[in-house]
Amino acid sequence: MRVLPSGSRGLLLELDSLEEVLARYAALREVDLPVLDLVPAGRTILVVADRGTDLRALEQRVRAVAPVEHAGADLDPVEVPVRYDGEDLHEAADLLACSVEELVRRHREEAWTVAFCGFAPGFAYLRGTRSGWDTPRRTSPRTRVPAGALALAGEFTAVYPRESPGGWQLIGHALVPMFDLHRDPPSLLLPGTPVRFVEARV
Amino acid sequence: MTSLTVVEPGTLTTVQDFGRPGQAALGVGRSGCCDRGAHRLANALVGNHPTLATLEVTLGGLVLTADGDVVVATTGARCPGVPHLGPFSLGPGEELRLGIPAAGLRTYVAVRGGIDVEPVLGSRSTDVLAGLGPPVVAAGDRLPVGTTPRPVPGVDVAAVPEPTGDLLTVPVTPGPRRDWFDDAQWRRLLEQAWTVDPRSDRVGARLVGDPLVRTREGELTSEGMLRGALQVPPSGLPVLLLADHPVTGGYPVIGYVDDEAVDRCAQLRPGQQVRFTSLRQDAARER
Repeated sequence: MRVLPSGSRGLLLELDSLEEVLARYAALREVDLPVLDLVPAGRTILVVADRGTDLRALEQRVRAVAPVEHAGADLDPVEVPVRYDGEDLHEAADLLACSVEELVRRHREEAWTVAFCGFAPGFAYLRGTRSGWDTPRRTSPRTRVPAGALALAGEFTAVYPRESPGGWQLIGHALVPMFDLHRDPPSLLLPGTPVRFVEARV
Repeated sequence: MTSLTVVEPGTLTTVQDFGRPGQAALGVGRSGCCDRGAHRLANALVGNHPTLATLEVTLGGLVLTADGDVVVATTGARCPGVPHLGPFSLGPGEELRLGIPAAGLRTYVAVRGGIDVEPVLGSRSTDVLAGLGPPVVAAGDRLPVGTTPRPVPGVDVAAVPEPTGDLLTVPVTPGPRRDWFDDAQWRRLLEQAWTVDPRSDRVGARLVGDPLVRTREGELTSEGMLRGALQVPPSGLPVLLLADHPVTGGYPVIGYVDDEAVDRCAQLRPGQQVRFTSLRQDAARER
């Protein structure tokens, strides 16, 4: 683990894999540290210190925290009902060199895990266990992607929590809201959560 | 309940407190007031706890009327037409009219008892990027005013430095991706005065100058960032992240402005200049 500087309030932990990020993140959440927030991402965790914290002392304590192996492995997956009817479904299948039916089957059978959240409240980046998901973004991003759009980009799949611009390939839409202020927590999908997509019948 | 009625909101007026920290895992950023020191002082002048919400007014122009007796104070950018840095009273029907400040960008209006709009995820801050919190203040809004048992402080005027239109110099330390730039680029960051672009907002102050050139190619995996980060997009023109910055970003951060100095950067006006001076990492960490 490398610890990179991030100003007078932050330490950026850089790790070798997403698995290490999730293992460290699960461990850091359980210990009592003078920390205001933890920001997990693809290869890093930003540790945001409480005001007035000595960063050198905090770094020592963070380094001493042992990662939790197989974090989230024993959790039941969250099931997200979807329909595979996205505008880019055929293009995405072409990009992944398979048929539409094959793409849908693989997406439905994949064991996804929430890697991290960002971009917008409730926007979760989900990663699968198998390879073969590497999908290029659209060359020209859409100015308007509808709320609930199920999409692919890079090694990730995601559901857009609300209408926004976006460059991901749209393969369908989800039938449950990703972000709801009247729910606690408001985000359906949190880092480390296992997820399965279930095809809803018309 | 006492309330304030908005007659004119000015360019941009939002309700702000210290934001909603601790929810990055939900994809929710901190947001909150851009100039934390000015917000804290405005609250102190009317006897509020620092966490109560104030109005953050961009470039003046806010006009509102009180429907009851209220105690208010303004801090940050000094607007002509109202007392500044000291508490004063408004009676029922009386008007508060902020002129356009000659220097500085953001004025904080505190009212005794705080702006008591409904909190969202624990905060009354409007996050303009995420679209969370109360809507941006608009003409005709009735803003409820809370109550506080705390005593009114016996202060006439707070003697604090005010924002000026002069070149601002703030300390920076190397950021997590300093090594994506060579020493010549680091010097280029420090040796020129950058000009604040008019497209700056609560998300970040966009800087214009001699662009920085990356020495490393390739894409960065998005990573967490904080206010004060100097993020360098492909244009080479840094963006100084402010309160409503995204939770994660995909452009390398060459350096960080010291957290305490970000308040002063939040008062930079379009066209104003800023210079960065190197602060040793050790010195920064001892703060």
